[in-house]
Amino acid sequence: MKIHEFQAKDLFRNFEIPVPSGKLACTPSQAGDVAKSLSGPPWVVKAQIHAGGRGKGGGIRLANSLQEVERAADEVLSNPLITPQTGPSGQKVRQLLIEEGLDIDREFYLGIVIDRRLECPVMIFSQAGGMEIEEASAKHPELVSIETIDIIHGFMPYQARNFFYAIEPMPDKDILKGFSLITSQVYKLFISKDCSLVEINPLVITKSGRLVALDAKINLDDNALFRQRDIAELVDLYEMDELEVRASQHNLNYIRLDGNIGAMVNGAGLAMATMDVIKLAGAEPANFLDVGGGASEEMVTNGLEIILSDRRVKAVLINIFGGIMRCDVLARGVVKAAKEVEIKVPLIVRLEGTNVEEGKEILKNSDLDFLVAKDMEEAASMVANQVR
Amino acid sequence: MSILIDENTKVVVQGITGREGTFHSRQMLAYGTNIVAGVTPGKGGRKVEGIPVLNGVKDAVDIYGANASCIFVPPPFAPDAMLEATDAGLDVIVCITEGIPTLDMIRTAHFIRKRGAVLIGPNTPGIISPGKTKVGIMPGHIHKQGGIGVISRSGTLTYEVVDQLTRAGLGQSTCVGIGGDQIVGTSFIDHLRWFKEDRETNGVVLIGEIGGTAEEEAAEYIEEKFNKPAMAFIAGQTAPPGRRMGHAGAIISGGKGKAEDKINALKSHGITVVLNLGQLGKTALQVFKDSRESLVRN
Repeated sequence: MKIHEFQAKDLFRNFEIPVPSGKLACTPSQAGDVAKSLSGPPWVVKAQIHAGGRGKGGGIRLANSLQEVERAADEVLSNPLITPQTGPSGQKVRQLLIEEGLDIDREFYLGIVIDRRLECPVMIFSQAGGMEIEEASAKHPELVSIETIDIIHGFMPYQARNFFYAIEPMPDKDILKGFSLITSQVYKLFISKDCSLVEINPLVITKSGRLVALDAKINLDDNALFRQRDIAELVDLYEMDELEVRASQHNLNYIRLDGNIGAMVNGAGLAMATMDVIKLAGAEPANFLDVGGGASEEMVTNGLEIILSDRRVKAVLINIFGGIMRCDVLARGVVKAAKEVEIKVPLIVRLEGTNVEEGKEILKNSDLDFLVAKDMEEAASMVANQVR
Repeated sequence: MSILIDENTKVVVQGITGREGTFHSRQMLAYGTNIVAGVTPGKGGRKVEGIPVLNGVKDAVDIYGANASCIFVPPPFAPDAMLEATDAGLDVIVCITEGIPTLDMIRTAHFIRKRGAVLIGPNTPGIISPGKTKVGIMPGHIHKQGGIGVISRSGTLTYEVVDQLTRAGLGQSTCVGIGGDQIVGTSFIDHLRWFKEDRETNGVVLIGEIGGTAEEEAAEYIEEKFNKPAMAFIAGQTAPPGRRMGHAGAIISGGKGKAEDKINALKSHGITVVLNLGQLGKTALQVFKDSRESLVRN
């Protein structure tokens, strides 16, 4: 799960990680009022959307007067923000974070992620602040250092020193204390809130010698939300596709894509592989939908209804390998969905595994119009032919 | 032979009185799995499908000689169940549970490894040695005893692959799901090592997916150390970056974990990669054509 920068900064404040003073605004006049209450000029107007690369898309503006704050706010709020991560249609901005502008002396990067291979959290520090860490690692590996963290002992003071004493030129020694505190607090936050990513880019030293987290990015482990109820409430449904919200309410794994072939599959791996064969057959999948290894009739009905609500869908492929899930359950779910919503597009069904004959029988005896594919390869080419 | 489990494996089912636990215990029994006991704390003394229910795993070992566990316990309690199984001295622990927090799994996996037990999963369909026993939730009837080892990060995708292998006349020695989460107990390489030593296994099929670098590491191992034919399939060639594709571990992040990179790595180490899942069975027949031992033995 992703949260907004202002929410991440609230968490930072709770963990005594220094951030610039700032407040949220939803209209240009609110933005002006907020700026008035902060020290400045200058002020910074920051679009609050989940996608990264906001600066590149013009979502982060520096303003030197209150009029400039309001004008920048107006511009950012009135047009969808297009960044390298939003896709071509961009993302509507509903909230702005207005902050005091700081005099920056130096910029760094600090982040924590889980290293899957080492099976532990790692803290990454880069002297190339402001630059994305992937780019910094590729172009300036000498500026990037990584500390692996033992899950029992946590982040140790020597590890902060390892980062600090490698900085060139070395900052004033008085800063080490604040730096050690920030690194250990960021780790504490990472662990206690079940994060999958915490990123400060940039972490700055101001001209007055203060260390401040100028930006804040936090992703959380979806699997841990059951014990992070306060975090789970930070979800922003406006950031999610409407159909994805509906699917999640029905416990379905649905991700909307750009093609026109709707697909319903049981199991995530098979769902991905089904998307792949659709593409290999020359068509484009409209979605990823995993109804789950042991889906119920109701989940199948809901899943099919969600696929059919996507107007771009020109054909639907149902690919089920019955294991735990029985093909007859699937068939009943499909027939029920067909009664509730009219299926106006071609339906291709490929069933295999547990109770396959009963499943096929149920479909045959319904007044549903559908085509049967004998295997995955045939299913993909049949569905691709429908949209050619 | 086969790896990790066979007809002598004595299984304890943790969470046997739950809906999933009971259903799959019945399925395992029907396949011939020797389930010696079940565990649900507080429900000791009952019976499920004729199997004694105990309050703790230790009794399953001390009284019934269990040496493997199959865990159907909800995510908040699954780490406790895995540690209990480890502490009781079980050799093989299969954790079916999906949705365990990553940080819990880091702590749990470290503990289990230190004690020398083998953890399969979590978020796995389990492990099956066809014709002998199954510890998990896969449909038994699609499998046939034979000489191909199957290692996968997925569930139903594995069933699809196994079904195609069986139809092509290629039976399996053992099929194992290593789990779809970011942190899992055993890796492709762990299982490749066991398959390498297993005389009944003549070749291996790897089923990978986007996320992480486990497939790349396996590719390197296969070229350098694995002495049997191997082939692979990677799911997620069309997956968009930054989105978690169902499995917690199936995510392309920071430009890493792409299907394309995995496919290229496997190919560069001389491993046949099937791009179209529909053709896996046919390709397997070519790759394993010299391994006559792998033909179905009924």
